[in-house]
Amino acid sequence: METAEKTRIVLDARGSFCPGPLMELVRGIRQAQVGEELEVWSSDQGSRRDIPFWVQKAGHELVGVSDQEGYTRFVVKKLR
Amino acid sequence: MRKIVILGGGVGGTIVANLLAKKLHRDEADVTLVDRDAKHVYQPGFVYVAFGKAKPEKLVRDERSLLRKAVTLIRGEAVRIDPVTRLVHLADGSKLDYDRLVIALGARLVPDEVPGFHEAAHHFYSAEAALKLRQVLGAFEGGKVVVTVGGIPYKCPPAPAEAALLLDYYFTKRGIRDKVDIHFLSPISRIFPLETVNPAIEELFAKHNIRSTVFFNTMAIDPAKKIVESVEGETVPFDLLVMVPPHRGPKVIEDSGLGDRGGWVPTDKRTLRTKAYPEIFALGDSTDVPVSKSGAAAHFQAKVIAESILADLRGLEPALQYDGRVMCYLDAGYHKAISMTFDYEHPPKLPKPGLKDWIGKQLVNRAYWTIIPKGRA
Repeated sequence: METAEKTRIVLDARGSFCPGPLMELVRGIRQAQVGEELEVWSSDQGSRRDIPFWVQKAGHELVGVSDQEGYTRFVVKKLR
Repeated sequence: MRKIVILGGGVGGTIVANLLAKKLHRDEADVTLVDRDAKHVYQPGFVYVAFGKAKPEKLVRDERSLLRKAVTLIRGEAVRIDPVTRLVHLADGSKLDYDRLVIALGARLVPDEVPGFHEAAHHFYSAEAALKLRQVLGAFEGGKVVVTVGGIPYKCPPAPAEAALLLDYYFTKRGIRDKVDIHFLSPISRIFPLETVNPAIEELFAKHNIRSTVFFNTMAIDPAKKIVESVEGETVPFDLLVMVPPHRGPKVIEDSGLGDRGGWVPTDKRTLRTKAYPEIFALGDSTDVPVSKSGAAAHFQAKVIAESILADLRGLEPALQYDGRVMCYLDAGYHKAISMTFDYEHPPKLPKPGLKDWIGKQLVNRAYWTIIPKGRA
């Protein structure tokens, strides 16, 4: 885990396949503090569906989704 | 004389050793295999131990009896690998030098990573645990059975769903199925890890009245309250909890600083050379290769590694690469099973449970010892 900005934890799961990126996020959320933001980078197509669903079920906030070249960035805020 | 050292006497390590011993010319290289217990264990049989269909002693053989004579077997535990000096340090203080090293150490069960696991959870990932589960099942007269995993990745991705289906079959045969509620908790967005197979498993769960909850990632077990808690904030009560313990890579890999965060060896998914050291190969459960952790994957990978080591020794370009091939069965109970074959490019087809695959699974379980470790298939 590395910190890209002061308050955001980056989980680079590019090249890992379903459910790898989601599992990185689950692990990241467990270790983060409430209020912290995490950024998951995923090149797996399944993440576009799985990550927003999981964030909703787990009661966190999907702050943003942005397409980059060859991968997608999901920004998630830990709410509880 | 050049030296090839293989760590681990499971299916992958044994096949690499036997294929090399068969194909190497005399005086071309020494092949040494190191195994902690010098025993070979057929792990797919553990689930049948839990249901009283297999005896643990039938699942273990002396590793020596499965190895060709030319392979030197050392009973010992590797405690540190030094890739710079190309030395493997064993627990008894001895050292082995190598020209090519094969890491075939499998995965390590780490139940302590889930609080409450020891007190409250049962599993079938060792002979001992499977026997204990068998006793508990025999005494179970009804209530809520929860089946889930302690973390991802774990060996044999179909195993939890298979266990749920075999529990249904077991309680049905005992005539108490109406007194048992089976609840399956999946950490991902569906019941079954392989997306193309998932509809078949969903259909089986619906047919056999197995409930399921998705996106349930185990955080802790409360043994006093008999509940399992998830990262997502849910709690699920149980009377009997069957949970695959969390897994990590081999301890020697972590202790040698050769693993990733989960302790798995970063390995090229096609050449099976470790990413940091091309003269070290790794296979099977101990790697981060993106396929199922299964004996079948290790079996197919072993052939690629044996061929690559031969090519290295002879100064040739390795002709074989691993294509991600895995083959596995899932016993659905009622003398029905499904089979799945897939590789990096081809996901498995939607299977139909049937008797043919169930017989296939039983045949593999019986024929394993004479065919697989010796590299005959």
